[in-house]
Amino acid sequence: MSKLAPGGAEALLRRYEGLSSRLPGARLPWLASLRAAAAAAFRAQGLPSRRAEAWRYTDLRPIAEVEFAEPLLSVTAALPLPAQRLPRRAVFVDGRFREGLSELGDNDVALGSLAADLPAAEGRLGRLARPEDHPLTALNTALFEDGLTVTVPAGIDAGGLELSHFVLAAERPLACHPRHLIRLEPGARLLLLESAQGDVATRYLHNPVFEIEIAEGASLVHVRLQQEGEAGFQLGTIYARIEAGGTYDNFTLNAGGRLVRNEIHAVLAGPEAACHMNGAQLLRDGQHADTTTVLDHAAPDCRSRQTYKTVLSGRSRGVFQGRIHVHQVAQRTDGYQMNQALLLSPEAEIDSKPQLEIYADDVKCSHGATVGALDADQLFYLRARGIPEPVARTMLIDAFLQDVVDTIAEGPARDAVATAIADWWRGRA
Amino acid sequence: MLKIEGLTAEVEGKPILRGIDLDLPPGEVHAIMGPNGAGKSTLAYLLAGREDYAVTGGTVRFAGQDLLALAPEARASAGLFLAFQHPVELPGVGNALFLRTALNAIRRARGEDELDAMQFLKLVRERMRSLAMPEDMLKRSANVGFSGGEKKRNEVLQMALMRPKLAILDETDSGLDIDALRIVAEGVNALRGPDFSALVITHHQRLLDYLVPDRVHVLIGGRIVQSGGPELARKLEAEGYGFLQAAA
Ligand SMILES: Nc1ncnc2c1ncn2[C@@H]1O[C@H](COP(=O)(O)OP(=O)(O)OP(=O)(O)O)[C@@H](O)[C@H]1O
Ligand SMILES: [Mg+2]
Repeated sequence: MSKLAPGGAEALLRRYEGLSSRLPGARLPWLASLRAAAAAAFRAQGLPSRRAEAWRYTDLRPIAEVEFAEPLLSVTAALPLPAQRLPRRAVFVDGRFREGLSELGDNDVALGSLAADLPAAEGRLGRLARPEDHPLTALNTALFEDGLTVTVPAGIDAGGLELSHFVLAAERPLACHPRHLIRLEPGARLLLLESAQGDVATRYLHNPVFEIEIAEGASLVHVRLQQEGEAGFQLGTIYARIEAGGTYDNFTLNAGGRLVRNEIHAVLAGPEAACHMNGAQLLRDGQHADTTTVLDHAAPDCRSRQTYKTVLSGRSRGVFQGRIHVHQVAQRTDGYQMNQALLLSPEAEIDSKPQLEIYADDVKCSHGATVGALDADQLFYLRARGIPEPVARTMLIDAFLQDVVDTIAEGPARDAVATAIADWWRGRA
Repeated sequence: MLKIEGLTAEVEGKPILRGIDLDLPPGEVHAIMGPNGAGKSTLAYLLAGREDYAVTGGTVRFAGQDLLALAPEARASAGLFLAFQHPVELPGVGNALFLRTALNAIRRARGEDELDAMQFLKLVRERMRSLAMPEDMLKRSANVGFSGGEKKRNEVLQMALMRPKLAILDETDSGLDIDALRIVAEGVNALRGPDFSALVITHHQRLLDYLVPDRVHVLIGGRIVQSGGPELARKLEAEGYGFLQAAA
């Protein structure tokens, strides 16, 4: 044992030491050694601190202070799950797949629990999400119990799939670390609507890691509704690799949780691949949400678009960090990044850090950021038409979010986001 | 309907209105004319409740209430409508949603039933036809990318939907083509009656040909320097404000 990770990190490691022989796949040598290496990496690094450049604006001490336990095995059925919106749905409770609550549909798509078929994940699990690169990925690798695996075969349009994660009420704080493996073979298509919710009064850590492989000409639309409980923490990390002509569209709504990080690493690995990363963050008093994107343009003729909008009220804090790395080979890169914040209160704070690193010479790459309050003339105009001030403010905030929500082309997913935003308003009233 | 007495107001310490007295009885239409920068829009905004101005003296009574004590939305619910000289663009707010929300807010305040989407659409289409407005203006964001004349028509459409007791039109005729000018005037004339008054701010005699005012007031340097009948507007059109500047 080289260096003891402090506080909650230590408790998480003890968890690993007590559990490792009982974790799924414990008898698979490749996985046991991957987990052991991940635990060692986490032990060496601990939870990220603000001394690390990538964590300058997000302080994980509120998480480090908590002693998280693993979730109990529960069979309780009463779940306030939202109505199913797409033909297929995979439901996870406390990080574990629940077949009885899921609706996986036809077997043209390989779809199911990671824990149920771990031998098939050899060579795939850990390929994009490497424990040595990221302490939270290391933690997830050491402790994951389950997750979703999806493989959409070449040329198949798998339609819509929901991935719903729910954390039940628990007396002791709990942590779950689901690992999701998504693979689209050449020309395949999938709409993945992910939602994350949890009991309002339970302290929990949801630490999901996604490994997403998008082969030549394949297209994944990944819409995420982060609506964690008020005392919940979500630290989510996505790794996506997009081959030639493939597309990855990510939209993330951050509208819940106490402290949240949405971290996306995307690599445009083949020519003419595209990546869209958009999102909205709606923050109330006491909430902290961080969106961090790392985009690698590693091939020529690729296109990327990012627009994030954050609405902050009370004493809330938002963070956007966006790094675009254009490699030397990535000629004719077309990149765009925009980050806009609407401050509804003088105590709210937004930190914005764009970072362009361009090593190719024929590149179109721009970024921008705006921070503002509601427009006094617009507010007066609406009120002069008889619209009460709170309604007028809501209308203007919805209008601020409108164009980024409209980037979601798929109707059912866009409706789900609009509903989640409306629910957020209702929760506020 | 509207009674202004000794109203003085300033912006950032600079006096703009220097004592306005104006009595607008129910059923009458009054015009306000005056050179650029005289304070006409300031008066209009102040009556509608804009907060940029500090009232330093005087009173305003509207339909038996102390107007200056009311929030802007309460003034609108009480029946006051301002057609803005520069209608505000609302990117991301669909015009249909804007119009319906505004109309229903007023209806709720009056104790009337709110209109559902279908009822609203029927009503608004009818009003738009009479204002010769193309229907695609409902789908666009309110006032965004509208031409100057389209913005003004959209203001008149709001007035026609809300049926106020007091309409203040701030240069609604500026930027309108000749046909639109007549349509706008007809829109106001259609509301005319014993319970409707209008305060029409304009630089041009032409609007007043269609919308014959009961009184014309000349505002210069933050004061009403002269009032008279419709013939005063014709005299100003012919001679300019020169003969009144001395009085200001
Ligand atoms: N917010 C403000 N800050 C500073 N000065 C202002 C402000 N609003 C109005 N003023 C000044 O008050 C004066 C009156 O302006 P107002 O817009 O009322 O004139 P107006 O009579 O409507 O002119 P026009 O015929 O050009 O529309 C002008 O000198 C203007 O510059
Ligand atoms: Mg003016």
